[in-house]
Formats: sequence, structure tokens, C-alpha cells
Amino acid sequence: MATPGAGGNLQAKLVLLGDMGAGKSSLVLRFVKGQFFDYQESTIGAAFLTQTVAVNDVTVKFEIWDTAGQERYHSLAPMYYRGAAAAIVVYDITNTESFTRAKNWVRELQRQGNPNLVIALAGNKADLASKRKVETEEGQSYADENGLFFIETSAKSAQNVNEVFYEIARKLPKAAPAPQPQGLNLNAQGRTQPKRSCCSTS
Amino acid sequence: MEKRRSSPDTPDSSASLSAGMDEEYDVIVLGTGLKECIISGLLSVDGLKVLHMDRNDYYGGESASLTLKQFWKKFKGEDEPPASLGSARDYNIDLVPKFMMANGQLVRVLIHTDVTKYLQFKAVDGSYVLNKGKIYKVPATDVEALKSSLLGFFEKFRAKKFFVYVQDYEENDPKTHDGLDLRKLTAREFFEKYSLSDEVIQFVGHALALYRDESFYNAPALDLVLRMKLYAESLLRFGGGSPYIYPLYGLGELPQGFARLSAVYGGTYMLAKPDAKVVFDDSGKAIGVSSEGETAKCKKVVGDPSYFPGKIAKSGKVVRAICIMSHPVPNTNDSASVQIILPQKQLNRKSDMYIFCCSYSHNVAPKGKYIAFVTTTAETDRPEAELAPGLKLLGQVDEQIFDIYDTYEPLESGSHDNCYISKSYDPTTHFETTVEDVLSMYTRITGKILDLSEKDLNQASAADE
Repeated sequence: MATPGAGGNLQAKLVLLGDMGAGKSSLVLRFVKGQFFDYQESTIGAAFLTQTVAVNDVTVKFEIWDTAGQERYHSLAPMYYRGAAAAIVVYDITNTESFTRAKNWVRELQRQGNPNLVIALAGNKADLASKRKVETEEGQSYADENGLFFIETSAKSAQNVNEVFYEIARKLPKAAPAPQPQGLNLNAQGRTQPKRSCCSTS
Repeated sequence: MEKRRSSPDTPDSSASLSAGMDEEYDVIVLGTGLKECIISGLLSVDGLKVLHMDRNDYYGGESASLTLKQFWKKFKGEDEPPASLGSARDYNIDLVPKFMMANGQLVRVLIHTDVTKYLQFKAVDGSYVLNKGKIYKVPATDVEALKSSLLGFFEKFRAKKFFVYVQDYEENDPKTHDGLDLRKLTAREFFEKYSLSDEVIQFVGHALALYRDESFYNAPALDLVLRMKLYAESLLRFGGGSPYIYPLYGLGELPQGFARLSAVYGGTYMLAKPDAKVVFDDSGKAIGVSSEGETAKCKKVVGDPSYFPGKIAKSGKVVRAICIMSHPVPNTNDSASVQIILPQKQLNRKSDMYIFCCSYSHNVAPKGKYIAFVTTTAETDRPEAELAPGLKLLGQVDEQIFDIYDTYEPLESGSHDNCYISKSYDPTTHFETTVEDVLSMYTRITGKILDLSEKDLNQASAADE
């Protein structure tokens, strides 16, 4: 869930979904670090990346979860979706299979039953126009039918990458539901030393 | 052992497309229960190449938390639970309910591995103990002992001295030992020194030190004192009414968190492999795992007992009542979450009984609903009947289901056959024995000891951000 912080700050968990090779990690890396590699290997041990954006007096701190390969054999855990405020479903415009599977991921998200989830559909690798197999209209009309926000991106050329995240940030405050009960963060807690009570004697 | 790989499998790396059944792995882990997921995570972080499989299409095995629909299907064989129980998806019912000591080993493992990032916890409201048919808040310090109605007037002062000694005791500071050598002195002798009554000894041993039987009497008192200190430190850690914490959305989150850790460090996950089977060579050593006609090779196989028929022995039988209620457990000050320990002597039994109750406050049930579990080691041919003293404390329940299962432990350590098998989850409602088993398995598999010491912990916390 998008959780209101102090002032106009929101903290939002954003999950990436899509086929292997569609460019999920590349999109995040372009957005968070401004980098692109032709043969991307995600940073080992990165639990999730964070990036803060400001739109209309509201700053949104994204906590961005990548699949860590668990989509490969359909073994994403329910925890992955739990508490997500936004999702980007990524497909490769040069690969019709990846578009078909993107639709499956959208259905999977809808099954999670969070009506406030902001979903973006991103047709990635827009720089490879000559190899295009999925027309812009196909993506757009599917997105319209399912109430998704649609955009074509290129992690390689940086086209529309920031735009996806900014558009999500704009939609979040409107979609944000009442905050969920917050739990303890074990790391954030100071380690209390056992104290002796004032009246004890030894 | 093996060195860290520099080029891990990643979802978008074209080089990784082949990581599947035709690969060779350092370790294949079978079953995604909590123990297996912790091991998988630790080994992946160590740089080992791990394949992790489960016969089910969901994470958690015996340590999963079920929605009411899944729960109903499993125990009643019916598809639709009654509407009166509320929204089925708001339920996360643990199969093996347990609370975590706030300063205990599992929390240390969570911080050590940074899996805390994926989880949220909340303190457990109350910790109680049964005495002569009534339940009392467990007094953990000298101040609480003085206030507690559990203790008689004269007992309070003897207990106070005892608690003060334990609170001040530092293993490495002989000045705090007051001339007692707790490595030699037995717990029985230690209790005698303070003239503690049998009742006090019972709650100290079973509700504070969390012993499950009476063998601690004749063991050195040091272990007892360290366990009591763990309880007291855990109680202080988050300032709750108990030393325990519990994850929001149920324990099923824990295996998922450790599985994600493993995946982030390159572990490969395959669920829904109902026919996964260990493959042995002629000398009886495990060399891989087969499924759907393919065999993945590996050096070692790790897993829960259900994947190793013929290599396990029955160690006991657990009986558990799972109850859905519309009220908190009576006489617990309306605790939305609570543990009650029923020491064996109070019930004339050989093993303790445990009550565990959790509710909407930890997001495991809809608003106004409580899930209570009564668990013990079965000692008779009518295990359901054995739970009566615990069930009596719950009052009226909306639904009640009994779960009875055998527990197993491995016959061998793994050094001969490359099979590293976990023990079944015991009936205790805390994790201390679970982590002991995991640490022992980790050492048997890697030859290393996992350092969860204080220094290590502080470094882990400091490294965060």
C-alpha cells in the first residue's frame, strides 16, 4: 500500500512483472541509476532499489521489487504482491509471446484483489522499431480495456522510462487507501540493554 | 566452501536461460518449509549454486499459512467455508503456529541475512502460564514477581532474590557469580539455594526458560540462567507485554522471505514438482533429484523428512486443535495475541501443552475473529481428548478442527549419503528448537558455524543504510 509519511510524502512498494528478457531490470536500472548495459546482470544481493520522485508537491519514495528470477518457473511468492501500491507489467515489443504473457501477469495481478493497485503496461525495447511484432495500438487497446496506464519505453535510449514512474507517482495519491497497520521494523529498533529496576539490590 | 560466483543467474541475463533441470548444482533443496528456506538462503548467500524445489504449487510446506478456503479444503474436504466466518482471504492460518523470541535466534538469523526488509512484525500482547487451573501473566523480573498473584507472600521475596541474581549474572564476569559455579551447580541445587517452591520452579522452567520436560533439573544451571535472561531481554526489546513477536500476515511470510533472499542471490525456484525424488548412486550417495523425466545433478541434497522415505524415523506424534473464535482467550486481559504454557506437572502429563492465539491485529483473521491453537505431544491413543484442559480455557469456539501428525527425524547426519534432512516441527509455540536444527544442518552441510553473535548483529544493523 502507499503509506503516507510526514508532510506530502508517500512511500510506495512497486513490483515489476513480465517475461524473462522483457527488460524489467533494465528499466529499473535506467530509472534509478541512469545506466544501461546490453547484457544486463542485476546486482547480486539487491533486495530492492529505492528512488524518490516529486510530483505536484508530493514526493513518492518508490521501493522497487524485481522478480529475482522467481518468475522463471512461475514461483513468485504471494509476498511479492503483498502491500504493493503499483505494478509495471513489461513486455518486449519485438516478441508477441512476451505480450501474451504480459496479459497473464495482468490477470495474476487482478486476482490479488487490490482494487487500488496502479498498474502500468510498458511495451519495452521501443528502440528496436524495425523488429516490432506488437503494434502500439494492440498494447493501447488492451490497456484501455483493462484500466491500465500504457506507454512504450526503451531502457536503452531512456525513452519514456522516467515518464512511467512519474505517471505512477501522479496516480498514487488518488488511489492511496487508508494506511494499513504498520508493524515493527526489526532493524530500525534500538537494541535495548536489559535494565535493572531501581529497587533491586544484590 | 566454494567461492562466490561473480556472474549470477539473473532474469534478464541471456546467459542464464539454461539454469534448469539439466544443470549441476552444489545443493538441491527439497521442500519450502521455513527450515529449508533459511538453509537455501544462507547457502545462496555463501555463493553456492542452489536449486530449490517443492512438490506443492505454493511456498511453505508445513510452515505455510493458509487462507480459509485452502484451510477448509485441506481439513474438511469442502470448497466453501461458511459465510459466517467472514472473508476467506483475510485469513492466514498457520499449520505450525509459533511465536518468535524478540531477541532470539530466529531474529538474529533474520537480521544477519537482512530478510527483515521483506517482513513486518508486531509484538505479541501476552505471555501466560497455567497454575492450579488458573492462568497468570508470566512474571519475568523481580519487580513483576513481587506484583504477581502467582506467588504467595513469602515466596515473592525468595523469588525476588532469585530473579535479581539471574538479572545481574554475566557469564564472563565472575563478580556477578556470587561464588556459584553455574557450570557445575545443577538447576535443582540452584533452586534449593533460593528455597523456591515447586510452583515457582515450574513456571521458571517451562514458561520462562521454555524447557519442555523435567530433564533441566539435573543439568548445569547455566543454561537455565541464560534462557531466563533471553526471555527478560526479549521482553524489554519492543516494550510489549510479552517477549514474543509475530509477522503480519502469518508465519507463511517467513519461508517466502528467505526464499526471496535465496533467489536474489541466484537460487533457482521450481514449485509444483509432485514427483521430485532423490537419485542415488550405487554406493547409496545422493547425486541428484529427478522430476518429470529429468535429473538435476548436485553434490548435496537438503530437505524435509517427507522427501526421504527410508532415511527417517518416527520421533513422536503431535496433536493440535485449531479453533476459530469471536472473542479473545478469556482471562488474558483481552489480548489480541497470546501464548499460554500449560506445564506438564499441572496436567499430570509428560509433555507441556501450548495455547497460541492470534487475530486480526496481526492480519491473520478478519476483524473480530481470533484463531486459537492448542498443541501438545500425543501421549495416548486418544490424542484429541488430551487437549481438553487447553480447550477448556478457550471458552466458546465457532469452529474446531483437529490435526494429528507424526514427527520424524533423520537417521544419519548426512556425511555418508549426502542427504541433510531436517527434523519435523515440534509442538512448541516458539522457534528456539527450529533454529537449533537449522544451525546444526548448516554446520553439517558447510563445515562452518554460522556466527550470530552480538558483534555480528550490531554490524548487520549498522550496515543497514
